[in-house]
Amino acid sequence: MTALAALFVRDMRLAVRVGGGALIGVLFFLIVVTLTPFALGPDLALLARVGPAILWLGALLASLLALDRLIAMDHEDGSLDLILTARVPLELAVAAKALAHWLTTGLPLVVAAPLLGFLLNLEPKATGAVALTLLAGTPALTFIGLIGAALTVALRRGGLLLAVLVLPLTVPVLIFGVAASNAAIVGPVPFATPFAILCALTLMSLVVGPFAAAAALRHGLE
Amino acid sequence: MTLIDFANPSRFLSFTDRVLAWLAAATLLAFAFGFSQVIAAPDDYQQGATVKIMFIHVPAAWLGIFAWGLMSVAALGTLVWRHPLADVAAKAAAPIGAAFTLICLITGSLWGRPMWGTYWVWDARLTSVLVLFLMYLGVIALWRTIDDPTRAARAAAVLTLVGAINLPIIKFSVDWWNTLHQPASVLRLGGPTIHPALLVPLILMAVAFMLLFLTLHLAAMRNEIMRRRLRTLQMLQARAAAGH
Amino acid sequence: MRLVASDLACVRGGRQVFSGVGFAVDAGEALMVTGPNGAGKSSLLRLIAGLVGVAGGGVALDGGDGELTIGEQAHYLGHQDALKSSLSVAENLAFWANVLGDGTARVGTALAAVDLGSLARLPAIYLSAGQRRRLSIARLIAIARPIWLLDEPTSGLDASGQTMLADLMRAHLAGGGLVLAATHGPIGLDGAKELRLGESR
Repeated sequence: MTALAALFVRDMRLAVRVGGGALIGVLFFLIVVTLTPFALGPDLALLARVGPAILWLGALLASLLALDRLIAMDHEDGSLDLILTARVPLELAVAAKALAHWLTTGLPLVVAAPLLGFLLNLEPKATGAVALTLLAGTPALTFIGLIGAALTVALRRGGLLLAVLVLPLTVPVLIFGVAASNAAIVGPVPFATPFAILCALTLMSLVVGPFAAAAALRHGLE
Repeated sequence: MTLIDFANPSRFLSFTDRVLAWLAAATLLAFAFGFSQVIAAPDDYQQGATVKIMFIHVPAAWLGIFAWGLMSVAALGTLVWRHPLADVAAKAAAPIGAAFTLICLITGSLWGRPMWGTYWVWDARLTSVLVLFLMYLGVIALWRTIDDPTRAARAAAVLTLVGAINLPIIKFSVDWWNTLHQPASVLRLGGPTIHPALLVPLILMAVAFMLLFLTLHLAAMRNEIMRRRLRTLQMLQARAAAGH
Repeated sequence: MRLVASDLACVRGGRQVFSGVGFAVDAGEALMVTGPNGAGKSSLLRLIAGLVGVAGGGVALDGGDGELTIGEQAHYLGHQDALKSSLSVAENLAFWANVLGDGTARVGTALAAVDLGSLARLPAIYLSAGQRRRLSIARLIAIARPIWLLDEPTSGLDASGQTMLADLMRAHLAGGGLVLAATHGPIGLDGAKELRLGESR
């Protein structure tokens, strides 16, 4: 097995085996979505109207949760040191880890979204649109979050700082994700326009994320 | 046979070895009889045949709440009386309780659809049950996250007891929340004062569900005991290898 | 092959850890890095491995692979074990063999060499401290790299473990490898050169 494949497979294996596995993220997503009607009131029409936004916010927060362990768990036991002595570029190594992270944390959120959509009284078409935008947008959340994870790797209370650093960067993704969902529901803007921009943001993050994260790790080396 | 007799895991295993098959058979019989009575029961004058979902929905709800009560007693057993099998009972009960709660939610949703026009409403009863379901998932997550069974047991016991205190509070506050925001449509969960013709099948189904819970719970407890034995064996294997 | 350092300086956390450090190690030679705590033994090894920036001077490897950095041709054995508790012994070693090696892993042989062969399928969480250390050492056997950078390698090892490590180091040196070990006491290598830190500030 190549080095990158080994790293990817190990991260997948660990995500599934450790603690609650991938489902903790989904559980948090479920809880956040459940909490919003308590704040907004049980009016179904209102919930359907803001449903896409609630789902996007929930997915965003749930994605962020697991991120601070992404690199920190390797830093803590000395694995990161060894990865730095491997004959693979650090950029690709962190990209492999981010990909494994998205598959085990982000993708389950996408799968859970339709179920939660029905809790919020969304129509099938709306739910489908939200799920599609989440599918296109959650990789961006993971790869942007990767940068924050690299910046806060050695910090003890890194989790909150990571959120503070990463959330502003994810604002464009959130905007276009919700815009695309609403475009599919109410129009008049065609779904394709904001969706294409969302995809472009994700593609950019797939490149910028690993490079920035690797640079952050190297500069943070003591 | 007092509770202390079952304190010995080996004796518990041999006891359940003999008893489990009978329990499973009894469960099947109870369900067979219960379903026959359900089918024979009359339709509701308003809801038609869909009222019969109630015969699964209501017992599932009862069992979902009962399981948390059982976990609470087990939690006391762990924290206060240090009963050796208490935490095994608690850990085994959680997924089963969660499953019953989920069945309650799903059947309730299907039952409500014809009346509400939607699969879900944020009604006080449904919401409290949903919160109970989330609490179950939380306890299960806690069990899975902490490696050492003893520490996990104590942590889960604390969470279970806090949850038990919190359940009535949640129910009360959700009731209050739901009356604060008057919903737009009139909600009728169709909770009729039960006619005896429907009460008997309901009780029968409740008994069947209880037997099912008992069977599943004992089987799950056996699995958990086996799992811990496996863990001990692995620890011994490591220690033996280190000895030379 | 020759590892040469001249006038090395290292700064960590704003503090100058050491400066003016120089040494040369040839193939088949061992260098013991000694000195009081805080003298920079760990920092020196990490610097050579490329994990810490060079603040002055330089270190070069003659006769190595020109395409790779020194760190990529070295095994770094630090204080931490780099083991994941939820993976088995063999899975842990196979992972590092794939990441650090070229795919021709000798996991079984390596585990046998450190006397962990019987525990291959055991989850790593059940290992004692000494066994974890030996699993980390197995990494050095499973994949062949010429330079060994060992930071207090005997810590956590009992007497038989230390003997095993000394044998492995001797075998590595005999095969033309280099060993740099930071240590407080003797590690069973006779004839090793010594570099004392803490006096050349």
